[in-house]
Amino acid sequence: MNDMIAVRHLTKRFGPITAVDDVSFAVSRGEVLGFLGPNGAGKSTTMKMITGFLAPTSGTAVICGADIVDASIAAKRHIGYLPEGAPAYPDMTPAGFLDFIAHIRGFHGEQARQRIAVAVERTQLHSVLHQPIETLSKGFKRRVGLAQALLHEPDVLVLDEPTDGLDPNQKHEVRRLISALAAEKAIVISTHLLEEVDAICTRAIVIAGGRVLADGTPAELAARSRHHNAVRLALVRDGGDATTALMRLPGVVAVEPVEDVEGSALMIFPRAGGSIIAEVTDLVRTAGWSVAALRVERGRLDDVFRSITLGGKA
Amino acid sequence: MRGTLVIFRRELQSYFATPLAYVFIVIFLVMAGALTFFLGNFFERGQADLQPFFTFHPWLYLVLIPALAMRLWAEERRSGTIELFLTLPISMAAAVLGKFLASWAFAGIALLLTFPFWITVNYLGHPDNGVIVASYIGSFLMAGAFLAIGAALSALTKNQVIAFVVTAAVCFLFTVSGSPVVLGFLNGWAPQSVLRTVASFSFLTHFNAIVRGVIDLRDAVFFLSVIAVFLFANAILVDLKKAD
Repeated sequence: MNDMIAVRHLTKRFGPITAVDDVSFAVSRGEVLGFLGPNGAGKSTTMKMITGFLAPTSGTAVICGADIVDASIAAKRHIGYLPEGAPAYPDMTPAGFLDFIAHIRGFHGEQARQRIAVAVERTQLHSVLHQPIETLSKGFKRRVGLAQALLHEPDVLVLDEPTDGLDPNQKHEVRRLISALAAEKAIVISTHLLEEVDAICTRAIVIAGGRVLADGTPAELAARSRHHNAVRLALVRDGGDATTALMRLPGVVAVEPVEDVEGSALMIFPRAGGSIIAEVTDLVRTAGWSVAALRVERGRLDDVFRSITLGGKA
Repeated sequence: MRGTLVIFRRELQSYFATPLAYVFIVIFLVMAGALTFFLGNFFERGQADLQPFFTFHPWLYLVLIPALAMRLWAEERRSGTIELFLTLPISMAAAVLGKFLASWAFAGIALLLTFPFWITVNYLGHPDNGVIVASYIGSFLMAGAFLAIGAALSALTKNQVIAFVVTAAVCFLFTVSGSPVVLGFLNGWAPQSVLRTVASFSFLTHFNAIVRGVIDLRDAVFFLSVIAVFLFANAILVDLKKAD
């Protein structure tokens, strides 16, 4: 009962195609679960089943103790859902739309007004309350969708690509809002932006081809990268002997020159799991190189993501 | 049934949020008037009744009612709001019923706005107001049947134009199924029982019976049954097609 969301062997087939294949996981209060995967991986389909829009072919999801298949209305009461693209009735105003949502969620009179006021406050919708939704910018539409999902203070929030198509400021706003809500709720967000996982998720699930391929904290996932504990070393002047000297260190398996936005440097890879920063700094000192930059990499999610979803090894 | 009421209110308001409501009502009233006075020879007949007015209702509905029904589900599916709508804590029955009742109420409003005809005919003579009331009820029931068919068919597609055309075609078949054209086509090879069944589905037959002033509960029950059957089909179709 600690789990607010318990997904059990969820499977969905569309004819011969298996979109979601035996997916199980649980989310408890205070967790923000990032649902990661390439397009068409089954993220949205899974979310549609959790929220009761699609009936699973087999398996089920239990939301705060209510089974979404057998007790769908009870389960839906606990969920706030932002579908992909944040659909809302285009000819309504945010005020009218939120009023409709409040009433259909069972709030009346003063209580409804108060709920709407809180949701509007949280999503900063004041300035557009009385404009038709179809005339709003993408950012505002997304916020209307979020306001609708938050209105009844649900225990469970399911947000399908909440920041897709937003500008950096709007993304930041939405992420701040999600982080602010995280403590008292169980939140599932889907995304294909890895920075988002780093920014707000306490846990990430990588899904591809309808299957769960990895499940762990962002740090755990990053640790599966070959860049985990690698050392990035930029020298003021590289005489060409640095690579050979570094390769002679016992903990080092490879040294690769890298050239990116930060400039040119050497990427020094350790043996699996090992740490080589001490060895490298010792060498730098004894060789008397002048260092422009030195950094230990914590691992790259995009590395891990690519290798997991393409079926290779991290 | 709180959910039904909330959905009913939203849907009815949404008719008036766009010009559709006003365009519909104006065209309905103008066409009803034109048909009554020109084709129906309202004055030349020299009788104080509204028969020329009601006779044209099935044909008027055939053109106009699909326009009311087409958006009910097709629009939700096209804009993706169906995903939001069907993940709210409401039953499918409440969703289907709320939408249908809103469109039916709107048709009722349009029908009530034809009251000047009733005033006119009462000013000109002494009509049998009982028959007129029965005709209004019959017309309203028939509009409901057309709308239920249209609502169910609009769940089949994301395209409102397709929903309109298919609804108009199906409603046409229901309207004329008792006519000599349809029965003549079946006559000779289909068994008599089939012929009788097809004929009994005719909206025209049932409606004309009511308009003539022969109030038979069976005609009312017929329209209500059509509504019930198509609302049931509506729920099943929404469930089947919502994710496409």
